[in-house]
Amino acid sequence: MPMNQEWKPKIVAFCCNWCSYAGADLAGSSRLSYPADVKIIRIPCSCRLNPLFILRAFQRGADGVILCGCHPGDCHYSTGNYYARRRMTALFGMLSYLGIDSRRTRVEWVSAAEGAKFAETMNDFAKTIYALGENVKLEDLRCKEN
Amino acid sequence: MQRELMERIRALMDKGVADQVLAWKRGEFFYDTEPAILTKDELGEMVYDSFCGPNLSKYLIKEMPKIENKILALIKPCDSYSLNQLITEHRIDRDKVYVIGVGCKGKIDVDKIRAKGVSGITGVDENGDKITVHTLYGDTTLDRKDVLLGKCLFCKGKEHRIADETVGESEDTSEGSDRFEMVKKLEQMTPDERFSFWRKELSKCIRCNACRNVCPACSCVKCVFDNPNTGVQNKAAANEFEENLFHIIRAYHVAGRCTDCGECSRVCPQGIPLHLLNRKFISDINELYGTYQAGECAGQRHPLIDYTQEDSEPSIVHERGNNG
Ligand code: SF4
Ligand code: SF4
Ligand code: FES
Repeated sequence: MPMNQEWKPKIVAFCCNWCSYAGADLAGSSRLSYPADVKIIRIPCSCRLNPLFILRAFQRGADGVILCGCHPGDCHYSTGNYYARRRMTALFGMLSYLGIDSRRTRVEWVSAAEGAKFAETMNDFAKTIYALGENVKLEDLRCKEN
Repeated sequence: MQRELMERIRALMDKGVADQVLAWKRGEFFYDTEPAILTKDELGEMVYDSFCGPNLSKYLIKEMPKIENKILALIKPCDSYSLNQLITEHRIDRDKVYVIGVGCKGKIDVDKIRAKGVSGITGVDENGDKITVHTLYGDTTLDRKDVLLGKCLFCKGKEHRIADETVGESEDTSEGSDRFEMVKKLEQMTPDERFSFWRKELSKCIRCNACRNVCPACSCVKCVFDNPNTGVQNKAAANEFEENLFHIIRAYHVAGRCTDCGECSRVCPQGIPLHLLNRKFISDINELYGTYQAGECAGQRHPLIDYTQEDSEPSIVHERGNNG
């Protein structure tokens, strides 16, 4: 990265198709602003998120990874997010156990009507990641530019 | 006990219960034992002694399609948990196995004998809680409990969780030890200390995949780490990221199903304490979703494929603090 450019955190947001992705849409069409460095990846349901995806995002240079899904009880497939909740808890616990700051990962429930919450969540997450700085503990130097 | 066991197996075979047995036989050295499927004629090769550490349950999976009648399987108390778990996962057909629960007084780790400076080992004699090690340079006497396998010191108990009959006696080897002690210790370290602890351990990994191959919970027909399309298939971990990735995913894939049988740590040629990763998942599951022991009985639904509406949010990990 050129020296004169300010470092901005790269964030990957996995959004479930039925709620949070629509929420992101709403945030966009309501012209609410959230950091441009948030890259959204659409997944069919929050429970589609394989822990490998999160690690791969970090490998490819993400500084933070967030999962957004329907509110518990509202999952399009009824129970997907309940499973995701337990799985992510287990994974975050393991990251922290390995000495990797688990705050680089987050789960947030955002419905299709919550465009404002989506923007807020992303702003807040970006702030957290900005404070944590660049991801070095889970970086893969082979994937870094220059 | 070996003789008693052999006679019992022979009697069962004579009765026509089964015509094969999954047992241990001698490997290259006297302290090596390896899993073997033996017929009645080969029964003489069978061994059962203090070096029979390997967990045999996983080897039944491959036999399943070949078995017409039944197979006898020798199962130690700790292995019985794995067997239950495999039955739960429909990897093993309960009706095809006649389980002989074998007694266990703890198994010996030859590396621990060597670590005491004993070399040129030619044989071991046991009497009670002492063992006599014969070497090229004379005999040495050691306390048995000082040379037990790491997993035996944290034994879950000597009761067979599944068995059609049991042979031989067992003795407690865990002496009230707390298997989460080291996990707690790590949790109390600062994140950077933890990070360097794991860097030091995981960087020793040579990606031999022995930990995966031996694990009774790791029984996928096609493993992610063997699939060239995933980009995580590597024969040697090229850098720190891959070391982390492999170990997080290996432990994660068995979370909830890991019976804490300790095989991964036992076989690791680099002495990486892999059980500490598994036990972290177990201790988190116990804390958040209620105490759970995989393999306690067949047919359980493990906590990571279950839920309640009141489960805590993943942010609980952030709230615990001491994070980064
Ligand atoms: S057995 Fe040890 S060295 Fe081999 S892959 Fe597993 S952790 Fe790495
Ligand atoms: S590492 Fe994962 S995918 Fe591979 S065998 Fe074990 S559980 Fe299956
Ligand atoms: S469909 Fe949105 S979380 Fe399952």
